[in-house]
Amino acid sequence: MTATTTSVHPAPPEGVAALEVDALRFDYPDGTPSLQGLSLRVEPGEKVALIGPNGAGKSTLLLNLNGILRGQSGAVRVFGETLSDATVRSIRGRVGLLFSNPDDQLFSPTVYEDVAYGPLHMGLPLDEVRERTQDALAAVGMEAFADRPPHRLSLGQKKRVAIATVLSMGTPLLALDEPSANLDPLARRELIALLDRLPLTILVATHDLAMVADLLPRSVLLDGGEVVADRPSAEVLNDGPLLAAHGLEPLSAHGHPHA
Amino acid sequence: MAALTAIVERYAERDSVLHRADARAKVPAAVLYIFAVTSTREGDWLSLALLVLPVILGAFVSRLGPWFVLRRTFLALPFVLAAVPLLFTREGETIFTVPLLGWTASREGAEAVATILARSWIAVGVAALLVSTTSIVEILRALRWFRVPGLLVATVFFAYRYFYVIGEEAQRMLRARDARSATLPGYRAGRSIRWRASVAGHMVGSLFVRSLERSERVYAAMQARGYQGEHRFLDTLAFPPVQGVVAALVVLYGVAVQLLVRAA
Repeated sequence: MTATTTSVHPAPPEGVAALEVDALRFDYPDGTPSLQGLSLRVEPGEKVALIGPNGAGKSTLLLNLNGILRGQSGAVRVFGETLSDATVRSIRGRVGLLFSNPDDQLFSPTVYEDVAYGPLHMGLPLDEVRERTQDALAAVGMEAFADRPPHRLSLGQKKRVAIATVLSMGTPLLALDEPSANLDPLARRELIALLDRLPLTILVATHDLAMVADLLPRSVLLDGGEVVADRPSAEVLNDGPLLAAHGLEPLSAHGHPHA
Repeated sequence: MAALTAIVERYAERDSVLHRADARAKVPAAVLYIFAVTSTREGDWLSLALLVLPVILGAFVSRLGPWFVLRRTFLALPFVLAAVPLLFTREGETIFTVPLLGWTASREGAEAVATILARSWIAVGVAALLVSTTSIVEILRALRWFRVPGLLVATVFFAYRYFYVIGEEAQRMLRARDARSATLPGYRAGRSIRWRASVAGHMVGSLFVRSLERSERVYAAMQARGYQGEHRFLDTLAFPPVQGVVAALVVLYGVAVQLLVRAA
């Protein structure tokens, strides 16, 4: 594994969860309720799927994990650190957030600068910034595109660069929103292989149940801003009635992705 | 998004005579009235007082209330700052001297600044009344009816249409930056103000490039649907003559104030 995935954070003490969401309640400013007192605990190194229909609160939950959105009540703890005004910047160094649309993620004129932004902002020495940027680009196979402007890339390439921008920060927890959506089959396969290699705690919001089956041993099913089921993926994915009741479809017999 | 809407979305949904009035009466009345206001001479406080009355009246008639209209005029105030140097450049009776810098402010200068302030304020008040009671589509339709070049009207329309889109794009970029603006224990975060400024500058550049590319896509989509350089509106309703008369009276009032005060 490359150096990008080594965190600068001290290893968390034994028994501390990677993520604890405690009775988190979030309503959008226009009054639309989203998360209804949601609780979730993820252990270090776990790879967890967040599944559920559109509007279930998956993306909202991810945006709450590093303080882009802030719940009205409840708590979010990342490796024992409670999210608050005082800790939000520090938490952003622990939670790498991948937006579902890579055009939302990439804001710099070149790929290289975008990937370097996180480590540069953290104030790391320039040598280390360069090393992390190189490593992150290598991890997603995009070194050759370092000098390209992001808008000149294909969607699959943008997705990979977007992942690199998070990897370069060395966050121990990755929160990914729809990472496989709209990718061609090969790009999707490569993405799954990449995520499988990363020795990190990973939370993936997705409709791609075939990816869940391949990559994520645990599934948390959300609907209406609440956890409906939290079980091993093999069980959840074979529970046809449960999936059907929450806008999802079981995989076909030969396990083809339906996406 | 709410903040952006508050700045741009000027039309306020109410039911009033002013709201129902035809834009082809309101637009020229507002424009000509603003002309009358801006031709007020320096230090002519009586005219200014008379000219502000219809704006206050309009605020009540439109059921927006004076406070609502006043709030909307604040947006234009920063531009009035451009007039402040007059305070020091106009020759005349000295009122005070700025300590250290030695600039002297003249009474004539103060009068000039106050007049410009009052004139712009009333003019912006009139414009605020117009856009608060008339939807953008109606205004554009009226402009077309008065034979304002189609290209100009289309430009305004697209500026309005895509302001939100670009605003949202900008907000998403800021959010992406925030999501990766982290601190690490033992390191000084944020580097230098110079670096942060250059990041912000590059973001503006990216936004520009994205907008340009979007405009190309939008134009292609428009051509695909048969766009030939002219925005067509559905037919407007008949124009009741009484509204034209009221509009003319409003303008006449503005002109009369100017003429009578000058004659007196």
